[in-house]
Amino acid sequence: MSRIPEAFADGPAFIPYLAVGDPDYESSIEYVEALERGGADVVELGLPFSEPVAEGPTIQNAVVRALEGGMTPTRFFEFVEELDVDVPLVCMTYYNLIYRYGDDDGNRPRAFVEKAAEVGLDGFVVPDLPAEEAGPLREACDEFDLDLVFIVAPTTEGERLERIMEQVSGYVYVQARLGVTGARSDVSTQTDESLARLDEWDVPKAVGFGIKTGEHAERIVAGGADGIIVGSALVDIVAEGHENGDSAETVASRLETKARELSEGASRGFAQRPPHPERT
Amino acid sequence: MSTSDGKFGRYGGQYVPEALMPAIEELEDAYERYVLNNEDGFMDEFRQRLRDFGGRPTPTQYAERLSERYGRDVYMKREDLVHGGAHKLNNALGQVLLAKYMGKDRIIAETGAGQHGTATAMACAHLDFDCEVYMGERDINRQRPNVFRMKINGAEVNPVTVGRGTLKEAISETMRDWATNVEDTHYVIGSVVGPHPFPAMVRDFQSVISEEAREQMRERAGTLPDSVLACAGGGSNTMGAFAEFVDDDGVDLYAVEAGGSSLSVDEEKGVAPNSASLSTGGEGVLHGARTKLLQDRDGQIMESHSVSSGLDYAGVGPELAYLVDEERVTPVNVDDDGALEAFHRLSRMEGVIPALETAHAFAYLEDEHGNLGETVLVNVSGRGDKDLESVIEETEKRGIENAPDMSMFSGGLR
Repeated sequence: MSRIPEAFADGPAFIPYLAVGDPDYESSIEYVEALERGGADVVELGLPFSEPVAEGPTIQNAVVRALEGGMTPTRFFEFVEELDVDVPLVCMTYYNLIYRYGDDDGNRPRAFVEKAAEVGLDGFVVPDLPAEEAGPLREACDEFDLDLVFIVAPTTEGERLERIMEQVSGYVYVQARLGVTGARSDVSTQTDESLARLDEWDVPKAVGFGIKTGEHAERIVAGGADGIIVGSALVDIVAEGHENGDSAETVASRLETKARELSEGASRGFAQRPPHPERT
Repeated sequence: MSTSDGKFGRYGGQYVPEALMPAIEELEDAYERYVLNNEDGFMDEFRQRLRDFGGRPTPTQYAERLSERYGRDVYMKREDLVHGGAHKLNNALGQVLLAKYMGKDRIIAETGAGQHGTATAMACAHLDFDCEVYMGERDINRQRPNVFRMKINGAEVNPVTVGRGTLKEAISETMRDWATNVEDTHYVIGSVVGPHPFPAMVRDFQSVISEEAREQMRERAGTLPDSVLACAGGGSNTMGAFAEFVDDDGVDLYAVEAGGSSLSVDEEKGVAPNSASLSTGGEGVLHGARTKLLQDRDGQIMESHSVSSGLDYAGVGPELAYLVDEERVTPVNVDDDGALEAFHRLSRMEGVIPALETAHAFAYLEDEHGNLGETVLVNVSGRGDKDLESVIEETEKRGIENAPDMSMFSGGLR
């Protein structure tokens, strides 16, 4: 059973992302555990794919490092089993890896989901799988009680929103602005408009793309988000540490500090929100 | 074959980031209205511009000396005579015109060998659009004349340095640009690949090749060909050459892929020393469609290889994958050396300097002409001027036997 709903039960969820295996397997374990210590409520674990079309340069480079370090779906599952964390874990990857996993007997994508459930994952985000093509994965997730998170973009409107609402579970990933992933120095006003469009949805709304600081986190949660998703700002810390030859321990400590900044920012934002009619 | 649901059997579909889906839906609507239903006379204008600007129809030429060599009638559909020197203009002109009907302001494209980028840059200059082309750094080095052609037509050329710097990376990068600027930008995909409606739409723009060839063969030869040969990378000239023959059961269709240096793969390094995804690829999802791909057992996309950068792609159009499964199209392949030999043979024997892509189809003709029937049609997808630098280099490096001796000029030519 997915543990994701619990993560949103008591205030805003801070959801960090890291590419698993970046820059190597062992360090990556330490980094994820440091994020939990820093206040992560859910962790998005990126399973690297060779053609990450929705990612900006920061995560693209992380994916290259992880693949060069030998990360594969099999190693990814071992990684999840080895992690010593208590928070829900979401696998973020591209559909081809999910589709190809297991044998060739047409049992796709069930084999991947079955294995994910076995190692303790709670759900998936698949950036190149729109609601129209997600039927088989949704079915497998239902069978194993895992969540399937969908992304809502600033361009998503009308019937498309309905289609996504029917299939989404866990949380909805609200893309803060058009483009690819990457840290930015400001927060897009598109976020408020996107959140307003999803006001009636009864699934938690987590905003991602471009969040870099505790202040960003504060503003977005104060504006109505139930959670924040941060990837590139954390991957930047990993990349910088790797380039400078810093120890995994040092990098982990920086990640923990950054996670705390973001998590506390989200909590401050939550305190500023007017009481929600349904929550009072 | 038409597609109403975006699928060819189990291939095709729309596997793209959510931010692009509204644009894909908008394009689907425009495709149905303008291309399929000729709303506002779109197809009439397209055909007229193909004639006046593009130089169509291209001839179907009887290849006298090849016919003599192989003891059968060989015809060549001369897409190298289209404006710009390749079939690519058929699609680029169609899509840029469609972008104009859709009210878009900006065009982006990716290119491998540079022919699609050149065609798009020309179409954009012709129809007054801003144009940016993404091209792998490695391909830029292999295809400098085409880079210059794009630039003199006013296009910006953006080098892509990630990965190995070829077409696969350029497509991913163009998708990222599209996801960022989707509201005012149209992405002119260069082959029958990508999310629906691109594979069907690009096929429709390219099917003018087989439409003309079919009629010209009836006029010239009094019969349809026994076989049609076309090289296949992504597959746009292939589908263009095959589309109107698919229902003719007596016409065998051969998609000639780049066998590169070997059909085996190096799983460890994730490298396929070929670009033969129809012959050797597995089913998967890449760049918006489910199709046949060069990938390792985990589903990571492999680096492909061909002496011809225009064929150097790890995927192929979903409709071709479907037609191969249905046994309507036969996938075959020839290696780099065979293609280079065919390049020199065709140039020497017929006075037609083919693109290295096209040379693959002629290499197959050389090897297998005995099995292709009495009348063979080969699609000359483009001209080889763009490839001269790499042909000189590769010919010398590999010691291709039928190549001219350039040693006394080498200093001056480099």
